Amino acid sequence: MSEDLKVSKIKRGTVIDHIPAGMAPTVLRILGISDGASNVVVVAMNVKSSKLGQKDIVKVENQILDEQKFQKISIIAPQAIINIIDNYQVVEKRGVSCPHELEGILKCPNRNCITADRLEKMLTYFVCEKEEPLILRCHYCETSVAADRAEIL
Amino acid sequence: MQSRWLGRDIISIRDLSRDDIESVLLEAKEIRPNPDALRGKVVASLFFEPSTRTQLSFGSAVERLGGQVIGFSSGDVSSKAKGETLSDTIGVVKGYADAIVIRHPKEGSARLAADVADVPVINAGDGANQHPTQTLLDLYSIEKYIGRLDGLSIGMVGDLRYGRTVHSLATALTRFKKIKLRLISPPILKFPASHLDELRGLVEFHEQEELDLRGLDVVYVTRIQKERFPDIEEYEKVKGAYVLRAKSVEEQLSAKSIILHPLPRVDEIHTEVDSLPQAKYFEQAEGGIPVRMAILKLLLLGESK
Repeated sequence: MSEDLKVSKIKRGTVIDHIPAGMAPTVLRILGISDGASNVVVVAMNVKSSKLGQKDIVKVENQILDEQKFQKISIIAPQAIINIIDNYQVVEKRGVSCPHELEGILKCPNRNCITADRLEKMLTYFVCEKEEPLILRCHYCETSVAADRAEIL
Repeated sequence: MQSRWLGRDIISIRDLSRDDIESVLLEAKEIRPNPDALRGKVVASLFFEPSTRTQLSFGSAVERLGGQVIGFSSGDVSSKAKGETLSDTIGVVKGYADAIVIRHPKEGSARLAADVADVPVINAGDGANQHPTQTLLDLYSIEKYIGRLDGLSIGMVGDLRYGRTVHSLATALTRFKKIKLRLISPPILKFPASHLDELRGLVEFHEQEELDLRGLDVVYVTRIQKERFPDIEEYEKVKGAYVLRAKSVEEQLSAKSIILHPLPRVDEIHTEVDSLPQAKYFEQAEGGIPVRMAILKLLLLGESK
């Protein structure tokens, strides 16, 4: 944990640990953090990890994840641990798990899928096909996609 | 007892268990034309892209059971041209018909239709994805001529990359025991790796380029489809890669083995093969009628008592 100490603690918010190295920017995008954000955001990339070799960590002050963001992070960082922080203490620790159904979370990689039809204006829907490694299948066109290659909406 | 079939949709071969497949095939074997069976029932046949063979076959199946068909046969004359969504079209048509048969160029369209409609939906082809009644009629032919669906050696020849029928047939065969697949294709038209992963452990398979038919019970030949190639030069390189000739059939296949093809063929089976006892592709197409009659009956009336 010595690497963790290089970055400051947050008072209240969320710490997402064990993100695969290099995926922190994607996590920031999922959290909706852009240039205009005013809350404290701490990002550590490529720190040593006994579990992953190298990992990223994202700390965000004053933000608690909603279910949709939680699901999106489950897909790109299946080993992530989400810590809810209050008054500098971890009050809740939650591992992510493969969601069995994902509505409007992923883009179907098949360009000829009915969900990609602009006229139809429908939400995508993916079902978990296999857990390790995580494979998801489009409910409509049946295209399967490895989670680490999935495009998050 | 609650019916396993009444009101159900037939969208993908993935939805069908071994029991499901066997009960369709059994029903197909026993079904006879009956003008009273579907009297008063209306089937909507929505062909957003043309497919004469499939459409006529469904139409014929409905008529032979005494039902009526409404519908259209090309995307141009449909509501799509006016900008209506598929969801809306189905939302309206479900009120006009007791079942819907749909063919649509987009993958996933049939599943969407089934999610919207409260009447049974039968997928007659959704883009490159599924065409489950084709697979059921393939299985019907195999069982009819070979006498079993377990313990088969099946050779799939030609375009195994884009060919929807071989993907679907391979998935269906995972429901059966001791299946050996010989996947014969040019290197650029190999069976997709992701789909092979699904077969692993369920069937035995072997990929090769050489057209060797020895030991096969079934040879399933597919057309190399020009329209599926993103690059026409790639197509030119592999078109005509395999031509099944009478000599190799006679030398390599037993008289009890069969040759199937989803048709239409171009030149991958030489016409000289047509008169050999193994050639069953025209009979195979005829099987589409009893299989589709059986499906319509199951979905609209339930299984025989």
